[in-house]
Amino acid sequence: MTTTENRPEIGQSRVRKEDARLITGRTRYTDSITPTGCLHIAVVRSPLSHATILSIDTEAAKQAPGVHGVYTLADLGGEEIGMPCAWPITPDQKAPQRPMLAKDTVHFAGEGVAVVVARTLAEARDAAELVEIDYDPLDPVLDMEAALAEGATLVHPDLGTNESATWVFDSGEAGTGGSVTEAIAAAEADPDQVVVKRRFRQQRLIPAFMEPRSCVVDPTGEQIVVWSATQVPHILRTMTTVTLGVPESKLRVIAPDVGGGFGGKIGVLPEEMLTVVLAQKLRKPVKWTETRSECMLTAHHGRDQIQDITITARKDGTITGLDVKLLADMGAYLGLVGPGVPVLGAFMFNAIYKVPAYRFATTNVFTTKTLTDAYRGAGRPEATFGIERIIDELAVELGREPLELREQNWIKHEEFPYTTVCGLTYDSGDYEQATARAKELFDYDALRREQAERRERGDKVQLGIGISTFTEMCGLAPSRVLGSLAYGAGGWEAASIRMLATGKVEVITGASAHGQGHETAFSQIVADKLGVPFEDVEVLHGDTASSPKGLDTYGSRSLVVGGIAITMAADKVIDKAKKIAAHLLEADEGDIEFSGGQFTVRGTGQGKAIQEIAFAAFMAHDYPEGMEPNLDSDAVYDPENFSFPHGTHLAAMEVDTETGRVNLRHYVCVDDIGNVVNPLIAEGQVHGGLAQGIAQALFEEANYDDQGTLVNGTFVDYTLPSAADLPSFTTEIVSTPATSNPLGVKGVGEAGTIASTPAIVNGVLDAVRHLGVADIEMPTTSQRVWRALQEAKGRSTQETPIDTHSPGAGLGSIDPNNPQGEV
Amino acid sequence: MAEVRVTVDGVNYADEVEPRTLLVQYLRERLGKTGTVVGCDTSNCGACTVHLNGQSVKSCSVLAVQADGGEVLTIEGLARDGELHPVQKAFNECHGLQCGYCTPGMIMAAVDLLGDNPDPDEHEVREGIEGNLCRCTGYQNIVRSVQRAAQLMKPGASAPTEQPAPVAGD
Repeated sequence: MTTTENRPEIGQSRVRKEDARLITGRTRYTDSITPTGCLHIAVVRSPLSHATILSIDTEAAKQAPGVHGVYTLADLGGEEIGMPCAWPITPDQKAPQRPMLAKDTVHFAGEGVAVVVARTLAEARDAAELVEIDYDPLDPVLDMEAALAEGATLVHPDLGTNESATWVFDSGEAGTGGSVTEAIAAAEADPDQVVVKRRFRQQRLIPAFMEPRSCVVDPTGEQIVVWSATQVPHILRTMTTVTLGVPESKLRVIAPDVGGGFGGKIGVLPEEMLTVVLAQKLRKPVKWTETRSECMLTAHHGRDQIQDITITARKDGTITGLDVKLLADMGAYLGLVGPGVPVLGAFMFNAIYKVPAYRFATTNVFTTKTLTDAYRGAGRPEATFGIERIIDELAVELGREPLELREQNWIKHEEFPYTTVCGLTYDSGDYEQATARAKELFDYDALRREQAERRERGDKVQLGIGISTFTEMCGLAPSRVLGSLAYGAGGWEAASIRMLATGKVEVITGASAHGQGHETAFSQIVADKLGVPFEDVEVLHGDTASSPKGLDTYGSRSLVVGGIAITMAADKVIDKAKKIAAHLLEADEGDIEFSGGQFTVRGTGQGKAIQEIAFAAFMAHDYPEGMEPNLDSDAVYDPENFSFPHGTHLAAMEVDTETGRVNLRHYVCVDDIGNVVNPLIAEGQVHGGLAQGIAQALFEEANYDDQGTLVNGTFVDYTLPSAADLPSFTTEIVSTPATSNPLGVKGVGEAGTIASTPAIVNGVLDAVRHLGVADIEMPTTSQRVWRALQEAKGRSTQETPIDTHSPGAGLGSIDPNNPQGEV
Repeated sequence: MAEVRVTVDGVNYADEVEPRTLLVQYLRERLGKTGTVVGCDTSNCGACTVHLNGQSVKSCSVLAVQADGGEVLTIEGLARDGELHPVQKAFNECHGLQCGYCTPGMIMAAVDLLGDNPDPDEHEVREGIEGNLCRCTGYQNIVRSVQRAAQLMKPGASAPTEQPAPVAGD
C-alpha cells in the first residue's frame, strides 16, 4: 500500500472529475456533433404491427425542399444485410433476418420502411410525411402462449414456428445436483413435504435512458468515423464489419458522452447501419437522431417473461427442489444478446439458497412487438423476482416467518466458497451480516409489531414488509464460460497505461462509461498503484482510435473486469520502471523497492520518483542495455469467475385498502459489494438501481393494444418515476472482499435493480394477504391493488381497457393515487 | 421567416428563423448552445430547461419567436467569471448526476426553485423538480444537491463568491 498524503485513494468518496464538464454544459453527446455539410435522416416507420407492404411511393417526398434522397431497402441494395445476433443459445435456434428497413412485411409497429435524407432534420421530417405506403394488414401475434399454439399466425412464416429456441439446464443431467422431476414426484407422494406452484409475470419494460439514440457517420476521411450513443463502441465496430463488410481497419467508432444506457444501448441498430450505408453512398456526413417517441417504440424493450415456478420443501422448511419454466418474449426479431437474457437468469433462480435439485427451461417466442434485449440486470432481475416471490409463497404455505425461512435455506458464511446446484462457485459472501444490519436499520421487529397491530385494528391503511435477499452473478464474464454458452464473444477487458514525459498518466480502458464514473474510480486505482496524484491521471475510453481494444460496459463488468486489467497494466509499468530505476541508481533490481510513487534502494536514502523514471525513459539518454526506453504497458484480463454481490433489501409498504393506493414508506438495503473503490459512486449506483427496480414493481409497463400498437410510447404515458414518486432510501454497504480478483471488488451497477422489485411486490402482498389477496401483477398500481381487494371480497370488477390504461403516475396520465377516476 | 432578437448568456443575437422553430432548436442548432439538450418530444423530461426572463422554461415548449426581446440563460452561462454557481457546486459535491444528460435542465430548474423557495424541505424539493426526469440517480442525491445548494446560497453562508449568488435573469 502506498503512503503519500491522500493514500490510499481506494475507499475515498472522491467527487467525480467528469462532472466539471457535465454541470457546465461543456458536453459532447452524439446529437451535438454536426460536421459541416452533415445531412439528416428521418425514418418512415410502420404504424401497423404486422402487415404486407403493397407499395411505397416516394415521389412526392423526393421533390420536397432540401431532400437529397428517399430510399427503401431495395433502393439501397440492402436486402441481404441482416442485423447481428451474437447469442445462438441452441444450435438450432430460429433466427429471422432483421433488415435495416422492412423488406416486404413489417413485423412490429415502428419498424422502418423507408428513409429520407435531407439538408436539415426539419426538412427530412417534413418529407417523411409525404412518403405514401400501402399496407395489407396481417393478424398481430401478441400472446406468447397463443403464439406457440397449433395453427397460430406466424411472425416469420419461413421459420415454420414462433418458437425461437428452448434452452434447458437440468442439475440431474449436469451432475451438479439431483433430478427435480424426481424431487417433485417424491414431494407429491410425501405427506411431510409441500409443493408450491405459482405463475409470475415479468411485464415488458422500456429502458428509457435519457439521451435518445443518435448516430453520426463521417465518411470524408480514410477511416469512416462513426459517433454513436452506444454502450458498446468496440462491439459496434466489429459488428459493422460483420454486417456491412466494411473492413474493421476502415472504421473508427466513437462513443462520446453517452446519456445513460442500462442495457438499452447495447444493440447494433438498423439505424446505425443505415447511417453508415447512406454516408458511404452520399459521400457526406450523415446524422440520425431519434425522437423520444421513436425511442420508446423501436429501441429494444426489456423483461417480458411468464414464469411457471414449482418449489418443493419439507414441512420443516428445507427446500428439496426447484423447477422453472419460462416463456420469454423476443419480440419480432432477435437482439444482439436478446436470446441469452433468460439464460443469464438460469444460474440465478437458486439464488442464495441450497437447492438440491433444479431444472430451468426457457422457451423464447416471437411476437409482433418491439424486440427485447438486455435491460439493467438482464435475466437476473427476472430470476431474483421469481425466487424471492416463491420463497414468500412457500413461507405462507408453511406458516413460516419469511426471513427465517430464507435463513434456514441460505448458504452460511462459513460454507464459502460454495458450489451451487448450477455449478457456479460463489467465492465469498455473508448473508447473515447483511441481513442483521438491514434488520437493525429497518427496525424490523418494531415494524412487524406495528403490522400486527394494524391488522388487529383493521386499519384502513395496512402495512406490509417486503423482503428480498438476493445475489447476482456479475462481471461478465469468464470467456470460457461464455464459450460454453455459445456466446459470440469473450468476456475479457483490455487496458493500457501510458507514462507521459511530464509524469502525467494516460489510462486507456476498453470499458466505455456512460454515466458510471469510470474516470474517477479508475483514476483512484491508478493513483494508488503508481503513487501519482489523482489529478495526474487521465482516463481515455470510448474511441477505437485511442482505445482500440475492448468489450465495453454492461453486466456490472467495468470494475471487476476492466479495473483489474488496469491494475495489471500498472504492474507492468512498475516492473519496467524498476529496471530503469535500478540502472539509474546503480543498484541491483532486487534491491529496489517501490512505494508511494518512489523507487528506492533498500537500506539507503537514494531514490527516484516514478515521474523521473518516465522522463528518463522519454529522454532515453541512459537506460539499461537490452531494454526498450518505454514504460507504457498493455494488459488484457480474462476473469476466472464471476463476482457475486449480494444483499438484504427490506421495504415497508403501506396499502390503502379502500383506494388501493400503495405507498413506499421506507426502503432499507444493505449490499455486500466487496471492497469499494469510491463509496459515493457506489451509493449512487445503488440509488439509481433501486429506482429502476421499484419502478418496475410500482409504475412501469409497456402496453400494447389488441392490434399490437404500443399505447404508452411517450413520457406522458410511460410513467418513469419523478422525484415526487420516490422516497429517500436508507442504503449501506458491507464488504466481504471477493476472492476471485486482486482488488477484492464485486459489481454494483445492477444490484439495486435486481434486488428491489420483489421486495416491493412482496411488501404489497404482505400488506393485503390477510384480506384474501394471493397475487397482484406488476406494476402494482392502485387500480390493480383495488381490484384484487374487491375480488378477494367476492365483488366483480371491470378492467380498464388496455388502450386507455396507463399504469403509473406520469404527468397527464391517470393518477395512481386516485383510482376512483379509473374504474 | 420571422425575426428574433434575443440575449443568450449575455450575448445579443438577431436572427431570421422559421416561425415554427422551437427555442431549444434555435439554441442548439443556430447558436451552438449544445449544453442544453433534448430528451423527449412531449415536454415531460425537462432536460431542455433554461431560464427565459428569469423564469425556468422547457425550451422545447417555447417558440424561438416567443423569446423575442427576451433574455435567456442556459447552463452554459450559469457560472460567472469562472466561478460555478452554488447549485452546480452542490451537484458535484453531492453526486447529483451520473450520465449528465438531465443535469443542465435539472440544475436550471433547481436554480429557479431556490429563487422561489430558498430553504425547501425534502418534500418541497421533490415536488419542485417533478417536471425534470432523471433515469440514473433515483433522485436522492439530486435532492441532497438542491438542499446543499440552499445552504451554500444562504445569506452569510461561506459563499463561494463575494457577489450574491446569481439568479436567473440578473
